[in-house]
Amino acid sequence: MIRWLLLLLGGALLGGIVHLATVIVLPRTATRDAYARLEPIAPVNKVVPIPAATPDSATMPFMDPAFAIAVCRYDLSQGPLKLTVPVSLSYTSVSFYTRNDIAYYAINDRAAGRRVIELDLMTIEQHNQLPEEEDVTAADRLIVDSPTTTGIIAIRALAPEPGLMEKAKAAIAAAQCRPSDIVKTGK
Amino acid sequence: MRLLLGTLFALIVAAAVGLGATYFALSRGAAFGALTIGTWTSFPKTGTTDADPYARASIARIGRLPTALGDGVSFTAQSDDKGKALDGRCDVVVSGVTPASRFWTITLYNPAGELVANTVDRHGFTSQEIVRRADGSFAIVVAPRASAGNWLPTGGVERYVLVLRLYDTAVGVSTKAGREVPMPAVTTRSCP
Repeated sequence: MIRWLLLLLGGALLGGIVHLATVIVLPRTATRDAYARLEPIAPVNKVVPIPAATPDSATMPFMDPAFAIAVCRYDLSQGPLKLTVPVSLSYTSVSFYTRNDIAYYAINDRAAGRRVIELDLMTIEQHNQLPEEEDVTAADRLIVDSPTTTGIIAIRALAPEPGLMEKAKAAIAAAQCRPSDIVKTGK
Repeated sequence: MRLLLGTLFALIVAAAVGLGATYFALSRGAAFGALTIGTWTSFPKTGTTDADPYARASIARIGRLPTALGDGVSFTAQSDDKGKALDGRCDVVVSGVTPASRFWTITLYNPAGELVANTVDRHGFTSQEIVRRADGSFAIVVAPRASAGNWLPTGGVERYVLVLRLYDTAVGVSTKAGREVPMPAVTTRSCP
């Protein structure tokens, strides 16, 4: 009897380890995470609009239907990117996610304080390679460090009422992410 | 033989306990640092790089992009203020005010995070289109049948969740439940 109780206890302890291990490993093995869902529709380093969620189909669960959304699935291995997003009438935000869909930075139109949100995205390594004088002249220029080489930029424009959705879509349709001219790295 | 049987028993217990706990934790969407106000729960840290392993695992499993903290905060309600699960066949009233934010939206999803089909094609409200009372408060009737005022149709589904997202707000990781963060009350008015 005691023997079985001990085995039960040992099994439960081992179960705790199994639990922690699966929780930690799961993000690396998930095949239906947001990045994987976007892979087939979003080419690398290009802003593409995401179809609005409907009851029948949605690119991702829990998308806010009041927003027009576009994404840029980025890959910084060829160098930094430059992102320009014209702001819409009401509320525009740009959120940055790592390869594992963890948000590491976000900025909205008011924080940017201009009619266009403009910034350079690079890895920490590429940022360190920037010539110093470039960094000084870049003082008024927003540089975002990506913790991972690949990831997702989500651009969202609010349509305060359904009739304004087309305007919100049009505003972010002009958004661009393209190789940055800030500096040729490795020069 | 006894040794083999014993080891097998321990391993089966380990697998059941471990995988069961993982499944349970992730299907509940549990994470650390919950901010609960009334029936509304938010995990502000999930929208940052400080997201804990549970938040990371649930983000990957659900396949969503969490609301980044610099963008906004999202609160979820699965039950009314008395703890009764939200039922699409009942009339539920969401009333009150929200914490200060530039914009907010409220959206109805099924528990899997999909929008619910309904005849008027309405899935939520934004702070701008909602009809308010003179004092600035509002009431949304979440019900299967049409209702006067702000009607959010449920499509008659059995279970649903409400997600209230505050955009450009001071509510965040350091927020404590209190008077400065008033959330709307969720009351089940009548059930068939």
